[in-house]
Amino acid sequence: MKSDVELLTAEGKRLDGRSFDELRKVTIEAGVLHRADGSCYLEWGGNKVLAAVYGPREAIPRHTQNPLRAIVSARYNMAAFSVEDRKRPGPDRRSREISKVISDALERIVFTEEYPRASIDVNMEVLDAEAGTRCAALTAAGVALADAGIPMADIPVACASGKIGGKVVLDLGKEEDNFGDADLPVAIAPRTGEILLLQMDGHLTVDEFNQALDLAMKGCYTVSEIQKQALLHKYQDIAEEGT
Amino acid sequence: MTLTPSIKREYIINLGRQGKRMDNREFHEFRNIKLETNVVKKAEGSARIHLGNTQVMVGIKMDVGEPYPDTPDSGVLTTAAELIPMASPDFEAGPPREEAIELARVVDRGVRESEVVDVEKLCIEPGEKVWILFIDIHILDYDGNLFDAASLATLAALYSTTVPAERFELGDDYPLPLREPPISCTSIKMDDIIIFDPSLDEELIADARLTVATDVNGDIRAMQKGLNGSYSKEEIQKIIKASVDNGRHLRELLKQTIGGK
Amino acid sequence: MSKEQRNVVLPSQELAPVGEKKAGRGTFVENGKIYSQHLGILNDRSGFLNVVPLTGRYSPVEGDFVIGVVIEAMASSWLVDINAPYPALLHVNEVPWTVDFGDTEKYLNHGDSVMAKVLQVDEAKKLNITLKDRNLYKIRNGNIIDVEPSKVPRIIGRKGSMISLIKQYTRARIFVGQNGRVWIDGDETGVAKVIQVIRLIEEESLSFGLTNKIEELLKNDTKDVQKK
Repeated sequence: MKSDVELLTAEGKRLDGRSFDELRKVTIEAGVLHRADGSCYLEWGGNKVLAAVYGPREAIPRHTQNPLRAIVSARYNMAAFSVEDRKRPGPDRRSREISKVISDALERIVFTEEYPRASIDVNMEVLDAEAGTRCAALTAAGVALADAGIPMADIPVACASGKIGGKVVLDLGKEEDNFGDADLPVAIAPRTGEILLLQMDGHLTVDEFNQALDLAMKGCYTVSEIQKQALLHKYQDIAEEGT
Repeated sequence: MTLTPSIKREYIINLGRQGKRMDNREFHEFRNIKLETNVVKKAEGSARIHLGNTQVMVGIKMDVGEPYPDTPDSGVLTTAAELIPMASPDFEAGPPREEAIELARVVDRGVRESEVVDVEKLCIEPGEKVWILFIDIHILDYDGNLFDAASLATLAALYSTTVPAERFELGDDYPLPLREPPISCTSIKMDDIIIFDPSLDEELIADARLTVATDVNGDIRAMQKGLNGSYSKEEIQKIIKASVDNGRHLRELLKQTIGGK
Repeated sequence: MSKEQRNVVLPSQELAPVGEKKAGRGTFVENGKIYSQHLGILNDRSGFLNVVPLTGRYSPVEGDFVIGVVIEAMASSWLVDINAPYPALLHVNEVPWTVDFGDTEKYLNHGDSVMAKVLQVDEAKKLNITLKDRNLYKIRNGNIIDVEPSKVPRIIGRKGSMISLIKQYTRARIFVGQNGRVWIDGDETGVAKVIQVIRLIEEESLSFGLTNKIEELLKNDTKDVQKK
């Protein structure tokens, strides 16, 4: 994984000028689609992600129904044009794995017992990709679920940290992701700090891991505020009532 | 899954008999269109359209590859469409359904038969190396008339496309060589009433659908009849005439978006 | 005439400790604290904190009047879509007609609309509706539009004031189902006007003065119903 690409300058600055604990720019907009029950458009650095929720609705086919609770079915997909080398449409193994870990994360915070036999379908489309798409996708999904009125214990949020040039940094950019030493995407329920998603690849000492996890969680808390602002921005205008 | 109540169907048709539509449009009138280009940085060209509430995104990717054996001096054009589940409660995940395939092939025919993309200019080494152009249509929000939305977005995306020659060490990047665009115009028939740019409500009760793509001279480049109703010859002729007229307006809009050509 | 500042809350937002208030609908309790489950409006009713969702599908409540669309006629019942997470069951015993076994299609079939009442929602969320009430029937004329269920109270207005206003100017007959379906009947100008006003209520925030705006719109002899 190591390469000769200089990811850190002599002063310790990153390629895009960010400091080690600085996030890329994140903007979030809730309620952007007409048909979906809930939706969210999110830009994170060069990532552009659209998330949509349908449900709760009766789970079909019937054999997938759980008589006691709703199933949360999340589908992560990258548009063919979202990457440098065009991706063939359709789920590949990577997309299916990401879909699964995101479904698992979301199921933890949705009050699924309130909707037996139903399914809550979450669709995340990456329209433009630039490292950290699964974190961007899950973060958008969290907002879309809230926008759909789904009962939740928390609004899930995700952020990744990693290691480049021997240093632990927050929110890897494209080159950092390609040539860095480790990548650690993390999703949490911000109210309790519970970890809902955790994946890691690369090489980290236990100390480095602890640093990286702290950093990723800090990033999560920052992005969580942006999620909440996006929802309030959309719906607080409805808050004033006249005659 | 999406169920239209019978009385709603009757209501819409009754309105139609009085020359009216639920959203107060004229029969030939299109909804509000918002068209933006260069919305995806990773793509060589891209566009997003809002046609009423219908939303479609198109990305153009290019690669270098081998030509088809029967056209050794031409670039290769390929079109795919995805009716992704977020666009409608009725779209399921999975391999492309017939509707997606029909959509992709109709848009493809319009682009191909109008020769808007100058495929001869996409030849690098005859018989060996040509540019491959991928048109990927991503339906984001389905509120009626995917054909025209996808077509228009595809054209806007093509007009915003830069051939990535530098990446393949084939010289400097340059704009995709294009000619005059075909404009697709879709109408549906409910009972014997024909209306253009159907909204979702209208499309759900349609008996038949006709898409006509015309070029700058008013000539026809592609046609597709869909659904299981039928048309009389006269109806088709009337539709063609209206499609040519509508084509002119939409062509103007396209030119405005891409900054004139 | 009061300007009520509505309190928008988000999922996981802490509302109050359990001792101070009681946990009502749309909330959950953890470690002695009450939290919101939904994106919604917080209200306090006799010490119960409730969160009314601002968005989302219709959540059926026994006694609600709803507009349903028949999905399927079965041997001794019908499956009806009432815009809820689950389809509702209408049993032959819950209609005003005497239906012989297997004759259900003669009375209600796929695509027919009904004005119904939610009879029962059990713990497994199985839904039953009824047509047995003098205000309930099979709908034969008019148009049905879908609105967001959370906007229904605003469309009806305080004590029905908004809906009365609309009826007054358009002379249309209107029924707003709790499930986000609205039935409208009248001459087509009137119906078109009703739809236009309802869409405006849905889209605009209920800012101070929206009622006036709507009244203006209704008074205007609109020329937007085009001639052909």
